[in-house]
Amino acid sequence: MVTMIEPRRKQAIAAVSCTGVTKEFGTADAKTIALRGVDLSVHAGQLSLLVGPSGCGKTTLISIIAGLLNPTQGSVNVLGTELSRLTGRALVEFRARNIGFVFQQYNLLPALSATENAAVPLIIAGWPRAKAFAKAREILASVGLGDRLDSLPSQLSSGQQQRVAIARALINEPRLLVCDEPTAALDARAGHTVMELIKEVAVQPGRTVIVVTHDSRVYELGDRIVEMSDGRIERVQGSSERGET
Amino acid sequence: MYWIALRMLTGDRNKYLALIFGVSFATLLMTNQVSIFMGIITRTGNQILEVRDAEIWVMDNRVRFLDEAPPLQDTDLLRVRGVPGVAWAVRHYKGTVQARLEDGNTRGVLLTGLDDESMVGAPHEMIVGDLADLKKPDAVIVDKAGYEWMWGDGPYQLGRTFQINDRRAVLVGVCKVSSPFLSTPIAYTRFSQAARFAPRGRNVMNYILVKAQDGVDADALCRQIEERTGRAALTQSQFFWKTIRYFLGSTGIPVNFGITIALGFIVGAAVTGQTLYLFIVENLKQFGALKAMGIPNWGILQMVLMQALLIGGIGYGLGVGLCALFFTVTANQTQLAGLHMTWVAILGTGLAVLIIVVATSIFSARRVLVLEPAIVFRG
Repeated sequence: MVTMIEPRRKQAIAAVSCTGVTKEFGTADAKTIALRGVDLSVHAGQLSLLVGPSGCGKTTLISIIAGLLNPTQGSVNVLGTELSRLTGRALVEFRARNIGFVFQQYNLLPALSATENAAVPLIIAGWPRAKAFAKAREILASVGLGDRLDSLPSQLSSGQQQRVAIARALINEPRLLVCDEPTAALDARAGHTVMELIKEVAVQPGRTVIVVTHDSRVYELGDRIVEMSDGRIERVQGSSERGET
Repeated sequence: MYWIALRMLTGDRNKYLALIFGVSFATLLMTNQVSIFMGIITRTGNQILEVRDAEIWVMDNRVRFLDEAPPLQDTDLLRVRGVPGVAWAVRHYKGTVQARLEDGNTRGVLLTGLDDESMVGAPHEMIVGDLADLKKPDAVIVDKAGYEWMWGDGPYQLGRTFQINDRRAVLVGVCKVSSPFLSTPIAYTRFSQAARFAPRGRNVMNYILVKAQDGVDADALCRQIEERTGRAALTQSQFFWKTIRYFLGSTGIPVNFGITIALGFIVGAAVTGQTLYLFIVENLKQFGALKAMGIPNWGILQMVLMQALLIGGIGYGLGVGLCALFFTVTANQTQLAGLHMTWVAILGTGLAVLIIVVATSIFSARRVLVLEPAIVFRG
């Protein structure tokens, strides 16, 4: 178990803090250990990349941080809230209020236009549709889709669909944004554009952004790179440690 | 949330229409078959309901249904009249006779012999002719459907002569009555005339129609008549249901219709269930994303139920509408007389459709309810 925290942030309070997180799937002979005592702290205002080979536990860790999976052991504190204390509706509401999601396959609703898809989190939160659509149009414009507001997902390119997904993830101004392989389904150019967009639009003071990726071409954009292997964190690097400015 | 559910549902137009078609088809099949079944079964007892001026039917104890009545003795009539509480009692005949038409064709006819004086049990609605003309020699009134079976469409011609069991009969009127079980003409005549038409036997009277005195309970009077005469006495309603029970228990009608109705239910459930299930399975990731974004399980269930109820409502409305159209189009067909859409069929089918859509939506929603929202992170 390796815990590495950047020296200059030692005093800050972490937005996400995992302590001794273990996750096992299955039972007895069929048991698979996905995470083996992970300790991790992630601070706000940074773009943290969670990297490593397939099956190393990245997606499991991000699912636990997002409150979508429960750890077998260990504790997870997100934005000052111990997730194990939240169950049922409280956890669902916590996620809805504080966490935005960007998925590898976008998971846009095929029958909804770009505007309607982006407005979904606000509609779930009970916003009037007209107001939610107005805000969706604004945020879509900010991700460069001002001219595709009424397009269905099937009428958009993969990169454009991912931008709609990013707009949807950010529309309710979450304090934690988790992105799972957002560039995996995109070509190199579109993937880089999407990562730049996340860096430019999503990373703000007070917001924590965690991106799971194994696309080494986008590592340069991360403020921190958390390397995982076999359910453990192997190394945490800050941009300064990589010789970047 | 409901708006999202609605858009998800209507967004895939093909599946949306397939779902509505499934429910419409099931509704049409069930409403239509239940209505026809009820109509046909009611037709078995219609001739009992047509007698509106008597409350009680007295008959031989061996009678199982309307058309199977051994003769009574003339003394039975006097004994029934002597039972306290009886206002009046009259003889009545029902039987099947053979009619030979002018062109040599023959028809089986349900012959009703009415008490010569009171005409109790006479048809209530004459289309042409006068009921009083039954007093004329050899006079017979035939129902509208029967006229068409015997002489075809076209303007009614009174005065037509034909033979009933080789006896001369003269058509003096055409009436409108409820259709019997079989598409058989119904002929009304005086009892004394029916005695001449009917196959030879010592006695002709096979029913006695009774009216209770004011304030006398019909059920109690039936028991009194049975005790004093040894004959079976049933209220109109009891005799109607006895006849229906006979047909339900002794014919293949309920089984055949039951199979069709069950098939309608099964096909509707299968088509709706399968399409809804596939719709949900194909949208599993989207539902997972919605769960991740903050819609709780109860919310997801509400969305699926809303989708199912909408499909059920539209499909049911279309199905009932198509069924109503069928009965409207066929309303004037003689062979389908008496068959119409019933409230029982409408409400019963509505309940069945509700069960289909709610059950299939809950069954399908199980996949979403047990879905870990983390599925959305698995590419």
